[in-house]
Amino acid sequence: MNFPILSAIIFIPMFGAFFILITQGNEKNVEKNSRYVAIFSSSVNFFLSLFLWFNFDTQTSEFQFVENKKWIDGFINFQLGIDGISMLFILLTTFITPICIFSGINSIKFKIKEFLIAILVMETLILGVFCSLDLIVFYLFFEGCLIPMFLIIGIWGGERKVYSAFKFFLYTLLGSVLMLIAIISIYWISGTTDVIKLLEINIPTEYQFVLWLAFFSSFAVKMPMWPLHTWLPDAHVEAPTAGSVILAAILLKMAGYGFLRFSIGLFPIASNYFTPLIFSLSIIAIIYTSLIALMQNDMKKLIAYSSVAHMGFVTIGIFSLTKQAVEGSIFQMISHGLISAALFLCVGVLYDRYHSREISSYGGLVSVMPKYAVLFMIFTLGALGLPGTSGFVGEFLVLIGAFQKNILVAVLASIGIILAASYMLWLYKRIIFGKLPNVDLKEMKDLNNTELLILFSLAFLILFFGFYPEPLLNTVDITVSNLIDNYQLNLNSYMQEIKN
Amino acid sequence: MQIITYILPEIFLAISSMFLLILGVFLKRGIKVVNILTIITIVLTMALIITQSNETIKVLNESYIIDELSKFMKVLTLLFTIFVLLSSKEYLKINNIDKIEYQVIILAALLGMLIMISSYDLIVFYLGLELQSLCLYILASFKKNEEKSTEAGLKYFVLSSLATGLLLYGFSLIYGFTGSTNFTIISSNLNTNNMSAVFAIVFVIVGLAFKVSLAPFHMWTPDVYEGSPTSVTSFFTLIPKIAALTVFIRFMYVPFQNVINEWQSIVVFLAIASMILGSIAAIGQTNIKRLMAYSSIGHMGYAFAGIATGTNSGIQSSIIYLVIYLVMNLGAFACIFMMKRKNEFYENINDLSGLSKTNPILAFNFLIILFSLAGIPPLAGFFAKFYIFMAVIESNMYPLAIIGLLTTVVSAFYYIRIIKVIYFDKPRKSFDSTYDWGLKTILYGSCLLILIYFIYPSMLIDVVSSIKIY
Repeated sequence: MNFPILSAIIFIPMFGAFFILITQGNEKNVEKNSRYVAIFSSSVNFFLSLFLWFNFDTQTSEFQFVENKKWIDGFINFQLGIDGISMLFILLTTFITPICIFSGINSIKFKIKEFLIAILVMETLILGVFCSLDLIVFYLFFEGCLIPMFLIIGIWGGERKVYSAFKFFLYTLLGSVLMLIAIISIYWISGTTDVIKLLEINIPTEYQFVLWLAFFSSFAVKMPMWPLHTWLPDAHVEAPTAGSVILAAILLKMAGYGFLRFSIGLFPIASNYFTPLIFSLSIIAIIYTSLIALMQNDMKKLIAYSSVAHMGFVTIGIFSLTKQAVEGSIFQMISHGLISAALFLCVGVLYDRYHSREISSYGGLVSVMPKYAVLFMIFTLGALGLPGTSGFVGEFLVLIGAFQKNILVAVLASIGIILAASYMLWLYKRIIFGKLPNVDLKEMKDLNNTELLILFSLAFLILFFGFYPEPLLNTVDITVSNLIDNYQLNLNSYMQEIKN
Repeated sequence: MQIITYILPEIFLAISSMFLLILGVFLKRGIKVVNILTIITIVLTMALIITQSNETIKVLNESYIIDELSKFMKVLTLLFTIFVLLSSKEYLKINNIDKIEYQVIILAALLGMLIMISSYDLIVFYLGLELQSLCLYILASFKKNEEKSTEAGLKYFVLSSLATGLLLYGFSLIYGFTGSTNFTIISSNLNTNNMSAVFAIVFVIVGLAFKVSLAPFHMWTPDVYEGSPTSVTSFFTLIPKIAALTVFIRFMYVPFQNVINEWQSIVVFLAIASMILGSIAAIGQTNIKRLMAYSSIGHMGYAFAGIATGTNSGIQSSIIYLVIYLVMNLGAFACIFMMKRKNEFYENINDLSGLSKTNPILAFNFLIILFSLAGIPPLAGFFAKFYIFMAVIESNMYPLAIIGLLTTVVSAFYYIRIIKVIYFDKPRKSFDSTYDWGLKTILYGSCLLILIYFIYPSMLIDVVSSIKIY
């Protein structure tokens, strides 16, 4: 197939943003038209990515739909291509973006035009991250995400938006500049930044450790892993709902993707060496942030901390490096993308009506908002990993895999599931059940059609993949086995070398 | 007569600047004519330079060189002077400093810079430098009724003379030890066996660092940049840097090439000090011109990191850096020129507050330029830094690369602080919209270049890659 479908998927949102940028006229019309453009371009993109999925060959571990264009003469080619892992993340991104746009249209009150531009540019950059097969191109997209996200938090955020936007920006920038040094070093060590070639040649062992750490510094901040997670609650709390959704559902996944694609693919020996570090940081993250989540008064903060804990499962899964665990962590990322998006949207629904994120200002909502209570229940159960929801499948696979590798890690990680159940159910109880603490709450309206549609589609997917995870797992299956085979191969030859 | 064709651009520039001076005095309302003729003169000079042959030629007893580097830098100097003149037209008119002398002095300064760029001999270089410096002193104090401007001129003069003194002392030492002022001869006589001559290099580097305002010899920069009229500040941040960088490259790579180990550590130190100072000292600034001064110190630090590598790719990367820096700064100053209400120009960062609501287009342009200055991809500013660090890491200078990249994070802070003021803060009264097409074109043009640079980055590289010193 010669049609550059990946470029199309990446740049359609950008064109949409450009159209919105140049629309002129009176404010009402501009707003209306920019809504149409944004919805149109993001849904076209979603259907394109579905089309991509149907054409995706799950029987091969090769990169597919590869595009290669000369870019910077002589040393960098603009190379795109996907395998099973990127396929799923592309689907997630193109699915979540329209949801963000709908939610933004519903709740953002000013500068809608600019907001839509920021979201669409963001989509372009994120898709670029998942599609790029060149380290420099990857870095370009990876870092570029900072600009729209900074603006989304800073312009449409809450009271402490400036502080949060700055913290987000500087933290993530600091993490990634070290990665830039590592990328340039890789270029001088192996003469290319082409990921396909790099996956074939081995980077000398003595460099792997330093390079791994440099990449780690970037991904660990983005993921975020304990103790580098402190920007996340701030950013989440102050960001507008749509911003939180993008942040939790997609942006954090870039780090997981980076670990899978680069840390493990390029530096297998270092990855093996540093596995205990990852395990201990993840275990601390799971238990410690779950405990913090228990004590939060702010709903968004609670969900933010729970995100850190869930990401802990993901990192354990990735570095367990068994087939189940890696597939589980990919599944967990997708499912967390859906569930956290849904939870943030639920908080957004309440915030739009009552302008408070405090848990204590709500209660007894089941009597005024029954539809909301049902959907919120599904998401709560998904977040705590009840069998039958997608949250269960991911965590379960991760734990199976981790069990093979290290029993202690698996046992400690399962404590996190118990804690997750307690903070999520407690949150649900305090908000939905009990007495109405305030007369005003009686005025609260139940979900309107847009919200219902958004939340229902998310709930449907969460339940669907909970019962039938096959479509997702099937897509990544071959890719993951190939990844693990490669890793084992490298490791074995290295062990052989040491023996000699 | 062959010689004349090689130095024709300089001769032409010299004659026409004198002619313009006379014309301006004798014509009534001569300023309009002079304005136009100045631009035409610069364009013609540029044309003369471009038509020169491509080979490397040394004329006038090997004291004057015409090669790829000098040609490229000369064209760059002239081109950006045109842009600066176009963008500051309105500013000059409103501040009532739109005089004939202004244009003529700029032409004379240009002449000095062209001589500096082409010089291949210590004495010729010194002549060019002095011609340029004297013009710049006058320009700094051009708003002669204003205390700050006069102070800037005086300060610049006193401190710069000191630097010139150091430079001259270094030159005399070099002459004493090597027996010549010609670069080729110096280069063959100056080597590590001749350690005492190396001593002289320190003076020369300090003197040059002063002219480019590298830390720790930067003290004059913020005051002069703040005090001078904004049109002059924008000239200062752009044009003299081109000449100074060229001269630095020439000195380090031709006469001093045999003692690279000696000067390399000094240049690395200067680069690191400038990067750190440029990023940290700018944080507390409230005046945007002062902030741009510190930012330019930081940026020069990055450009010099490229030179410090001592390789051809290092030079090329710092030239690329310079070009992108010029475009970004031109855009930034175009934005500053637009900060006016009712014929009064504002310089405080807080005056930009809420610009995104009052002047959304200007705010968006400023946003792009600031993110680019901070070096965030996919804007042009990122590529500038990227090439520098490619070259630096190629030479295995990891400490320099790591410090450099960490300081970009610190400097990102003050750039996004301005963005915060523009986009997150409450709006004030809007700025007047400008009708000056020159200023507008330059702002949009530079912004567009920054935005779309990533689509075709090879263009600039192709041009620069023909420049080699060795």
